[in-house]
Amino acid sequence: MSGASQLARAFSAGDSVRVRDETPSHHHRTPHYIKARRGRVVDFIGAYLNSETRAHSGDGLPMVPMYRVEFDMADLWDEYATSSADKLWIDLYEHWIEHDTRSGGTGR
Amino acid sequence: MSNREGEFFDTGWRPENDVHRDEDGRPHDHPGVQEDVSLGVRAARALAIHELLVEKGVIGSKDVDEDIAGRSNRSPANGAALVAKAWIDPQFRETLLANPNKTIAEAGFVPEHGADIVVLENTTDVQYMVVCTLCSCYPGQLLGPPPDWYKSLAYRSRAVREPRKIMSEFGLDLEDDVEVRVVDSNSELRFLVIPRRPPGTERWSEDELAELVTRDSMIGVSAALTPDTVNA
Amino acid sequence: MTAPHDRGGWPVDEPIDRDEHEWADWERMTQSLVGVLGAKGIMNVDQMRRGIESMGQAEYESATYFERWSATIETRLVEDSVLTTEEIDKRTQELRDRWGYTE
Repeated sequence: MSGASQLARAFSAGDSVRVRDETPSHHHRTPHYIKARRGRVVDFIGAYLNSETRAHSGDGLPMVPMYRVEFDMADLWDEYATSSADKLWIDLYEHWIEHDTRSGGTGR
Repeated sequence: MSNREGEFFDTGWRPENDVHRDEDGRPHDHPGVQEDVSLGVRAARALAIHELLVEKGVIGSKDVDEDIAGRSNRSPANGAALVAKAWIDPQFRETLLANPNKTIAEAGFVPEHGADIVVLENTTDVQYMVVCTLCSCYPGQLLGPPPDWYKSLAYRSRAVREPRKIMSEFGLDLEDDVEVRVVDSNSELRFLVIPRRPPGTERWSEDELAELVTRDSMIGVSAALTPDTVNA
Repeated sequence: MTAPHDRGGWPVDEPIDRDEHEWADWERMTQSLVGVLGAKGIMNVDQMRRGIESMGQAEYESATYFERWSATIETRLVEDSVLTTEEIDKRTQELRDRWGYTE
C-alpha cells in the first residue's frame, strides 16, 4: 500500500454509499450479495493494485483507492431481524461504490 | 501446538519426509509406506505438470521443496503470541491495532511475512468473525494453513448470512447485546482477530495466556479457552 | 446466474464439517508450486483466482480445494504457452502407467 495520501478520495468515513449493480465479465472481487446494496463507508483504507486488470494482462496500475464499507445484516438478508445491530464489513474499490443521495430508508 | 479441538491440525509434514516416494518414484498419499494407493487423475496431472516444469527448466528441482520448508514456521502460535502480548501490554495493543504490519515486523517473534494485516479486537460490545466468501484468503503467516472448514463452500456461504448460528456450532453462544461484524476478506488485506481475554487470567504470564488463544478464536468463530479447560 | 465461486449467502442447510484431512504430497506440492510460480512472475494471485473462477459450476463444485488450484495452474501455463495440454495429457498418462494405476 503506497501513495495513498496523494490520491484524491471520492468518499469519506461515514458517507452513505450504494454498491453498483454490475456483473462485468472480467475478474472482480465484489460479491453478488452486496451488489445494489446500501451501506456506509467505515474508512478509506489506502490504494491498492487493481486486481481486475492484473488478473488478465496488466500490472494492476494505476492503483485504486479502496474503502472499508459496512452494511446492516438486516438489510442484506430477509431472515435477519430488523432490530439486529449485526454488520457486514467488506473492502471495495472506489469504482464500485457511488454516493447514496437518498436519505433514510432501508439498505435495499 | 497440540491437537486439541480448535487447535492447529498438524499434518505431520516435516522436511525429511517431503514428497515421499518409493524407488520407482511412485508417490504416496501419506508419509510412510502405503500399498495400493489410488491416485486421482487430477493429482497425477499435478505431478505431471511439476515434472514437466522441472525438465524444461521453468522451475528448479528443489524449488517446491524449499517453498514447503519455508512454510514450516507458520502456525497459530504466531498469532497467539501477538494476542497474548496485546492482552498484557496496553502499549503493544495500541500499536498493534494502529499499525499492525510495522508492529508485527518489529515484534520479532513472528516470521517475516508479506501480507497486509489488519487486527480486529473483540470486546464486550463487538465480535468480529472473518470469512473469504470468494475463495479462502487467510493470514497464513500468523495462523498457519487454513482449516478445511474455513475453505468449505458451507462456511463461505453461511458465514455472511448466519454468523451467530455458526458461532453456536463452534461453542460460542454470544450475548444478544454484542454486535457481530462479519468481515468478508475479499481484498489483499488479511484479518487477525484478538479474542476477548478470559476472566480469571489477571496474573497469568504471556506464555500461559498464549496457550488459551486458539486458531478458531483468532478467526472469530469461537472464544479463547478459559482457565478451567486448560490443565494446570 | 451467480458465478460458482461467489458463494456468500448461498442456501446451505448443513452444519460446518470440522473434520480435517491429512494433506497428500501432491497437495503440498501444488500449494508450493503456486508460491514458486508467483515468485518467478509466471502467475500472480489475481491470475490464479481468475483461473479458478473460469471453471464451470459442475467442475468447480466437484473438484477438491487443491484440484482447483492445480486446474488454475494448468490454465495459466497453457494460456502463457509454457506447457501444452497435449504434453500434460501425455505425461499424466505416462505417470499413471509407470505407477500401475488403471482407474
